[in-house]
Amino acid sequence: MLSLDELRSKLAADAAEIIARYPRSRSALMPLLHLVQAEEGHVSDHGIAFCAEQLGLTEAEVTAVASFYTMYKRRPVGDYHVGVCTNSLCAVLGGDAIFADLQEHLGVGNDQTTPDGKVSLEHLECNAACDYAPVVMVNWEFFDNMTPRSARDLVDGLRTGADVAPTRGAPRLCTWRQASRILAGFPDGQAAGGHTAGDASLAGLRKAKEQGWTPDTPASRNGGPK
Amino acid sequence: MTTILTPALTAHWDEPDSFTLEGYRRDGGYRALPKALAMSPDEVIGTIKESALRGRGGAGFPTGVKWGFIPQGDGKPHYLVVNADESEPGACKDMPTLLANPQALIEGIVIACYATRAQRAFIYVRGEVLHVIRRLQHAVAEAREAGFLGRDILGSGFDLEVVVHAGAGAYICGEETALLDSLEGFRGQPRLKPPFPAIAGLYASPTVINNVESITTVPWILLNGASDFAALGTEKSKGFGIFSLSGHVTTPGQYEAPLGTTLRELLGLAGGIRAGHRLKFWSPGGSSAPLFTDEHLDVPLDYESVAAAGSMLGTRSIQLFDETTCVVRVVLRWAEFYQHESCGKCTPCREGSYWVVQLMRDLEKGGGSEEDLDKLLDICSNITGRAFCILGDSIEPSVRSSIKFFRDEYLEHQRRGGCPFDPAASTLFTLESAR
Repeated sequence: MLSLDELRSKLAADAAEIIARYPRSRSALMPLLHLVQAEEGHVSDHGIAFCAEQLGLTEAEVTAVASFYTMYKRRPVGDYHVGVCTNSLCAVLGGDAIFADLQEHLGVGNDQTTPDGKVSLEHLECNAACDYAPVVMVNWEFFDNMTPRSARDLVDGLRTGADVAPTRGAPRLCTWRQASRILAGFPDGQAAGGHTAGDASLAGLRKAKEQGWTPDTPASRNGGPK
Repeated sequence: MTTILTPALTAHWDEPDSFTLEGYRRDGGYRALPKALAMSPDEVIGTIKESALRGRGGAGFPTGVKWGFIPQGDGKPHYLVVNADESEPGACKDMPTLLANPQALIEGIVIACYATRAQRAFIYVRGEVLHVIRRLQHAVAEAREAGFLGRDILGSGFDLEVVVHAGAGAYICGEETALLDSLEGFRGQPRLKPPFPAIAGLYASPTVINNVESITTVPWILLNGASDFAALGTEKSKGFGIFSLSGHVTTPGQYEAPLGTTLRELLGLAGGIRAGHRLKFWSPGGSSAPLFTDEHLDVPLDYESVAAAGSMLGTRSIQLFDETTCVVRVVLRWAEFYQHESCGKCTPCREGSYWVVQLMRDLEKGGGSEEDLDKLLDICSNITGRAFCILGDSIEPSVRSSIKFFRDEYLEHQRRGGCPFDPAASTLFTLESAR
């Protein structure tokens, strides 16, 4: 854990930039928590103190917010946070099997990190990619249509330092800390990388193009498609 | 063959650079904005009212009417907050929209802010979607660089700043007043209404809160005309919307169609239920909507018809499950979701969700008795309508509808002393080949 002085010297300028985005300073609290998490990998007691000091809040007020949101981690997280969606649809389509398999393969339980500090495992709620189920997220990048085998290969690659690319995301995966910095509002210049849309996102458009359908097709007017 | 799909918002997603300013402008982007700026703000609101666009975030409130609630000449700053906290289980339309075409949202934001006389907008995007956030940050930067944001936009004298604000993993922040508390730097807990956000929203100032898809639809309406939009859809549910198909369907994905399209029509285009299987149950509007079965394939998917048939259109998040799926398992997992995401502010939701989960877990394992089903429904009745916000009301629908349609499946768990389904049969892979 960095000292409060070290956090100040490293982050004060960034914090000022974040606070300046908002009409009222307290709105900067969430990005500030992402910022201290980017620096230390989790929200430490000193991270809390830093946020409190920047915004003129008490540490209790900041802790109350940090503990409310699941993306703020109060304990260190691995370089790669692997989240498996186990909400109903992903679970039924294979998420439960993937999550059980990864726990066994990595030898860690939910919300735990491998001893080498590389991979943290957590089951997630719905991540808005149901048409790509079962879904795994690594550092909040999409890994679509997973199987136990592809998930296992994925975490093996993360642990051995192989180049790993998400299905829909930046061409190369960034670390947990780098991801947190983007969430704090400091882009990494990777926005243009990766695809426009995945296969499922285009399913309807492809069908429509095959048929020559557009919103102007006369038959689609006046009371809908029937 | 009659037109079923009407790609408008999704029309250019297959182009490699549709997410860039250049790609968006090539496809006709930023042609609606000068048109809007040449109108008076009230005329813009009038156009959106005339289009009859209803909020695409699930509630279906008329967007133009909402804009019209913003008091004018009140001397207070006005705000627009875009709800990009898409987190309802089953909802997966806004994230691909923002990946593929974030500039359409930005153009819609500028038009909406001009109409409601807001000089600052916030995009509250869920935090767990890194690349979506990158694309939004990039879109704002590109738009500002080109003079579509910032001071004196296109020489109109209108100023606007947009801030991308990343959430941190709380479903409740999709509830608009919880979102406002979160954006103000507090725990995301809902506020008592009234006052409504249009009067006292962000920083107690007049605030419009709109879903991503609602705002993204605005440039299309300005460009093509309110009557072209209103010509699509049904009498009270006008226009097009994105339908998201997921689950045991041959070709899951996004299908943009007029409201009022049926699941039978959509399934016909999506290749039907996966080969060798049949539809058992589905949700037309995410985990908060009562379940439908194969009896409901011909219900027009518009607000009125879905409600009349006993469910809710919501965000058109259609989750499909075939006969290999245990309905008790699905509903239990949703109940666990609501328990986990309950913000803890009000007792019916905080405690009620806990008890629903306890009973459901027991039932899923084959425990409990038939009376537990009645107890479960009784607890649900004591949550709905008594909770502080809609999250609490969302617990009951799947529980009650699943008992209504599949009561015997619940009892079969008790007769067998466990779940009668093989979970491996419902996965998209065979476990052996996947290992």
